[in-house]
Amino acid sequence: MTAHPDRSILAARNKSLKSVFMRWEFLLLGLFLAINIMNAVISPYYLNAGNLFTAINSFLVKGFIAMPMAYLLVLGDIDLSVGSTVALSATLLGVSYNAGVPMGLAILIALLCGTMCGLLNGLILTRFTELAPMIVTLGTMTLYRGISEMILGSQSTGSFHNVSWFYQIYYARLGPVPYLFFFFCLLALAFGFVLHKTIFGRQLFAIGSNRLTAKYSGVPVQRHRLICYTLMGLVCGMSGVFYSSWMGTVRFDIATGYELEAISVAVLGGISTSGGKGTFPGAIISIFIIGLLGYGLGLINVNSQTILMIIGLILIAVVMAPNLKTRRKPGIKTS
Amino acid sequence: MSEILLELKGITKTFPGVKALDKVHFQLRRGEIHAIMGENGAGKSTFIKVITGVHMPDEGEIILNGKKVVFRSPLAAQREGIAAIYQNVTSYPDLSVTENIFIGHEKVERGIIQWKKMHKAAEELLRPLNVDFQPAALMGTLSVAQQQIVEIAKALSMNAQIIIMDEPTAALTNSESEELYRITERLRDEGKSIIIISHRLEDMYCLASRVTVFRDANYIGTYQVSEITPPELIKAMVGREINDLFPKPKAKIGNEVFRVESLGRTGYFKDISLSIKQREIVGLTGLVGSGRTEVVQTIFGVEPYDTGTVYLDGKAVEIHSPQDAMKLGIGLLTEDRQNQGLILDWGIGRNVTLPALAKYARGKITKDPIENMAAKALCEQMGVKAQSVFDKASSLSGGNQQKVVVAKALTSELKLLIMDEPTKGVDVGAKAAIYEVISDLIMKGMSILIISSEMPEILGMCDRIYVMHDGRLMGELDREEATQERILELAMLKKTALAVEG
Repeated sequence: MTAHPDRSILAARNKSLKSVFMRWEFLLLGLFLAINIMNAVISPYYLNAGNLFTAINSFLVKGFIAMPMAYLLVLGDIDLSVGSTVALSATLLGVSYNAGVPMGLAILIALLCGTMCGLLNGLILTRFTELAPMIVTLGTMTLYRGISEMILGSQSTGSFHNVSWFYQIYYARLGPVPYLFFFFCLLALAFGFVLHKTIFGRQLFAIGSNRLTAKYSGVPVQRHRLICYTLMGLVCGMSGVFYSSWMGTVRFDIATGYELEAISVAVLGGISTSGGKGTFPGAIISIFIIGLLGYGLGLINVNSQTILMIIGLILIAVVMAPNLKTRRKPGIKTS
Repeated sequence: MSEILLELKGITKTFPGVKALDKVHFQLRRGEIHAIMGENGAGKSTFIKVITGVHMPDEGEIILNGKKVVFRSPLAAQREGIAAIYQNVTSYPDLSVTENIFIGHEKVERGIIQWKKMHKAAEELLRPLNVDFQPAALMGTLSVAQQQIVEIAKALSMNAQIIIMDEPTAALTNSESEELYRITERLRDEGKSIIIISHRLEDMYCLASRVTVFRDANYIGTYQVSEITPPELIKAMVGREINDLFPKPKAKIGNEVFRVESLGRTGYFKDISLSIKQREIVGLTGLVGSGRTEVVQTIFGVEPYDTGTVYLDGKAVEIHSPQDAMKLGIGLLTEDRQNQGLILDWGIGRNVTLPALAKYARGKITKDPIENMAAKALCEQMGVKAQSVFDKASSLSGGNQQKVVVAKALTSELKLLIMDEPTKGVDVGAKAAIYEVISDLIMKGMSILIISSEMPEILGMCDRIYVMHDGRLMGELDREEATQERILELAMLKKTALAVEG
């Protein structure tokens, strides 16, 4: 083979301390700490483990959705139907239970419903690859919500808390820590590991970076997309179960806006909506940043609309920050 | 006609960390076609951008018509009658030809666009260029060659005196190139001055009267085209002699490895039968649009086929996806390496290992150090010029990108490597390196199918040549019997002859 002894290519990267501190996750971690300190200062009740985990548990119900959403965004895809899928899954759980189906089976029905919703999104988008995910899932968003409303009308269905073990899914704790929190951490570790340390994860990044190149490199593009949409549906089903266990009753209009919150935290976490970029830990930290910020502001009686405004502003500011940094670069000229 | 129209003296341009031009000179006469040649990165593009006002030089002066000028913007250069036609045509595909020609200087009266006048003016501009499309046609429906003619018309509509063509024939077939030559010569005869930048020596020899060579940001010299031989010119460009541009290895050709029989895909190609033996280099040529690319994409499983059978080592195989093809040991280097071959945002290491992640992983878990070492070895073997495997693919020149794409294909155990236009847009030095790689692969026992529009490449490298026309295989030529004329004859068979036949 041709020898080029004069040309040596480095295979190792020299990691500077600066590059570690300049990482996006590090910035988010700082923001996370700042919000905790602020909350602790403004409210003496904040640093009470019991209260804190009550708050955390309530935003974890939707926090789960951010994990597969991160996968979809990395792929360059998006799913707007997640809130509706949560509602439809919870609706079917409620209707089945009240029709006399055992609770265990009702949970399975809810999970299956979520999976089917995700699978349908995935099948449409992988069979008709020219369709835009945003439009298709906007369609299924109203479709799934419509089915829920058709089933329930303006009624609520519930009294799930009669089944005590179902009540425990959300409320059971080990000391001050809810089991749901442990489950969330486990799942986050698994999702993060798969995204960053496995062949599957690398291929997701490849698809999001350049779908054609991925295809020509033998990456099963459409199969991976289908898997991610289906996974998204399954997690929505799970979220629906947790919601039911939390509230004890279900209406058709629950979980509205979950899609936007899931997308927001993923974007805040540094995952680009145009695909191929971002890290999972950033998204997880962001779930807590937004959740705890809302909780802290609630403690000092800031009303919920104002909280949403503040979160919106923070999102814009944080997303703009790296752009401002790169924007200045072309100005530096050596002429 | 030796009056000097444009002169640049001692032009220096520095970008952060790089000297792109170092005291460069250039003279353009009125009514002259002047070629600028040099390898990628020699400074040709920067030089053009200085002339067209995109960049301001740090040092040196520009003298136009005997007057010293300073172009502070591309618009300023345009006003002085300098127009550039770039390599990648920068048009608006959803607008009409007329709109594209007059974009930025529409004919306006009292704030209203005068469509009739514009269409008429467009027609007048296009008529002498011998076009077969209407000014009302949408730009996106035209071929690359036609779009380039529109760009020329656009330059003329602005009363350009100096027309700069950057790689005008890169995406054209031979006959289209000849048409472009004719138009260019006509413009020269009308007194326009033309600067042409090209990697193709044919372009220069056919058109230019003088050639200026750049190397590593330096001015090497200006020569009379009639007085410089190709080897001398290449030496001026590369800085060393390339004795044999086509190092065709004398490999022992073995048994048949690959064969397709009456492969067909409705609307694209029909009845394609070809075979390739071990250690054989087979060429597949024909005009752009003759179905060459579609055939190999089908063989690689990107597109489905309706009829026919594919045999590998004598056994019929089914290929429905690139994964299938890769498992069987068939690799494809696509023509469009920027959009189909590489992830430009990624480091070259990650690009190289993408098709064979499983090979470097433990179970399903990726192992970065193993990947990086493997990528390093393959890139070094290909002679990729890079600092580390973390260098972004976008930071490499075209030739080096192509080497990365080849390295990528080599991660799999290949029996057959298909290369679609492997040296398109690549400079002479990198071309020689790619041919060397091809020879190495052959000696290792691989077989290669090359698709190319470049005759010297096909004639210089291939053992056998298949020629396509209009989705059909028109013939097969041995190395001995193949000449440029015979290939062209087969590639351009008149459609009427076909109609009689089938």
